[in-house]
Amino acid sequence: MLRVKNCESGYGKLRVLKGVSLHVGSGEIVTIIGANGAGKTTFLSTVAGIVRPRAGEIIFDGDDLRSARPHDIVARGCCLVPEGRRIFAPMTVEENLTLGAYTQLRKRNMSFVKKEQDRVYATFPVLKERRKQYAGTLSGGEQQMLAIGRALMSNPRLIMLDEPSMGLAPLVVKSIFQTITALRRDGMTILLVEQNSRAALGIADRGYVMETGRIVLEGTSQELLNNNDVQRAYLGKEYRSMDER
Amino acid sequence: MNYETMPREELRQLQIERLQTTLNRAYSNVVFYRQAFDSAKIDLETIRDTGDIRRLPFTTRDDLAASYPYGMFAVPLHDIVRIHATSGTTGKPIAVGYTKNDITHWSELVARQLAAAGITEHDVVQIAFNYGLFTGGLGFHYGAERIGASVIPASTGRNVREQVMIMRDYKATVLVTMPNHAAAIAGAVEEMGIHPENLQLRVGLFGAEPWSETLREHLEHRLHLTAYDSYGLSEIMGPGVASECSERCGLHVNEDHFIVELINPSTLEPAKAGDEGELVFTTIAKEGFPVIRYRTRDLARLLEDPCVCGRTTVRMSRIAGRTDDMIIIQGAKVFPSQIQEVLLDILGIKLEYLIVLDRKDDADVMELQVAMPDAAGFDEIRTVERLRKDIVSRIQTAFDIAAKIPFMEAGSLPQKTGIKHKPVVDNRK
Repeated sequence: MLRVKNCESGYGKLRVLKGVSLHVGSGEIVTIIGANGAGKTTFLSTVAGIVRPRAGEIIFDGDDLRSARPHDIVARGCCLVPEGRRIFAPMTVEENLTLGAYTQLRKRNMSFVKKEQDRVYATFPVLKERRKQYAGTLSGGEQQMLAIGRALMSNPRLIMLDEPSMGLAPLVVKSIFQTITALRRDGMTILLVEQNSRAALGIADRGYVMETGRIVLEGTSQELLNNNDVQRAYLGKEYRSMDER
Repeated sequence: MNYETMPREELRQLQIERLQTTLNRAYSNVVFYRQAFDSAKIDLETIRDTGDIRRLPFTTRDDLAASYPYGMFAVPLHDIVRIHATSGTTGKPIAVGYTKNDITHWSELVARQLAAAGITEHDVVQIAFNYGLFTGGLGFHYGAERIGASVIPASTGRNVREQVMIMRDYKATVLVTMPNHAAAIAGAVEEMGIHPENLQLRVGLFGAEPWSETLREHLEHRLHLTAYDSYGLSEIMGPGVASECSERCGLHVNEDHFIVELINPSTLEPAKAGDEGELVFTTIAKEGFPVIRYRTRDLARLLEDPCVCGRTTVRMSRIAGRTDDMIIIQGAKVFPSQIQEVLLDILGIKLEYLIVLDRKDDADVMELQVAMPDAAGFDEIRTVERLRKDIVSRIQTAFDIAAKIPFMEAGSLPQKTGIKHKPVVDNRK
């Protein structure tokens, strides 16, 4: 579904991605794990068209996304749930969701948007309860649900999630991850960037490990969980014995 | 994910992803590769396609031996769960290491090959490969267990009659061994007056040495089984690198784990399509012991046309020969230079010698003719006998080969002629 080859990208003089190749198959949950500053968010932003790639190929369902504008990329069915949720705090839940359907409004009518909204409410009943509430007054977990719901409103085939667990209580994280698994069951393809590597590998089919703008490891989640480097660097194994040395 | 029937385009994407991760890890974790890439002034970021692999330097058997034992390992030793070894060109062997994931992958690839030969959990698999530092025994063992077959680790440290008894009594349905050992087993079956109908064999998986279609027919006829060819080498992984499917028209290379190239051994350029050339492998999914562009010295052809079986992977022909003077005898790989080192070590002087290989009663026989030095002290029979025993036992322990050592008069062996001189006469064909 998504195929990226030798993607290079960055900000100004700063080169962040140094030739990243990865793919996401239809119906897969794929995760990218890595430390702060490895380039994970830059990668998602590049695919979403927010940051322009300097080289490489980004092919989504056969189309080259390199020169597409961000809203075109959303319209083609590839939607980003940004880091820190980025919901519109002074607007209501429902208004936030409607905005998510912005690209759909052009080609379809309002009744389609209503139908999508009902589907989102069915997935996240709490959003329905709070649909008239200002988004800024929601709890962190509810805001994350809203951010995912807003992405779903664009009727995507691929959802890219950037740190959905950030700043959330463990129980809430669990429910967000259950939602992600449920989305995949409904046929959604998911690219997940996470610092919570254990949780991400727990639900993903495959994963990539990113270090300083390069991919250093690829494999099934099980393989990555078994890899000693991953265990040491991202799963916190052996931390005690390393202190004692 | 079914890697064996993956569309070529998806396979290419997977290969470039895995190649890049392998190169990134090899560069940061293995001093040899960092120095090799740096001195060849290669920026790994410019390796954008599998074809770009051609710009990387080769890795040779000597490179691996020079880093003995752990120089080429890409992970710390406590991440390694298995170590195997193979012989180098000189005294030093080559040690290879596997992580937990490597062992899982290896088992999976061997299981693939067994499944392609129609082996299932209902089979009784007799593995007559050496269980030890050699990868054949344990490599096939783990794959056969992965399939769920009943595995008999018969190994090789017993005589062929015992192998036949195991085969008959345990009702083995699959025989995994070297083709020439299989021929010896077939000979023993006849000697013991057992009709192959009374054995349960149906599949034979043979490899670890070059063999021929004639020997295949011969084995199928004498043991009443369908024989499959298997290719692998310890430096790359062991068995499971390439193997035949039911069509038996070339060996499918497991391209999701290895990138195969074919080069002209004299120009080192890519061999022309359809030509014979030297196989070069790059591992793209190994953690413990990644190898970049390893020159196997094995000669074969690559068959790129699609196979009837539906697998999309490229196939290689049978191994047609070697580009170096390595000899495979009784399943052991030996270089004449290693034999010379043994002699040098025992006698302290460089000697003329000739290795004569023969086949007797379906078994390989090695005769090591040594030119007797004129020096004093060698005229006493006792001394000579002790010397002979010394050499025999050293060769036995070093290479697991039973050799005969006739001493010859100095000057009676054929003289060296130029650098192409090979001190080997192979009468086995």
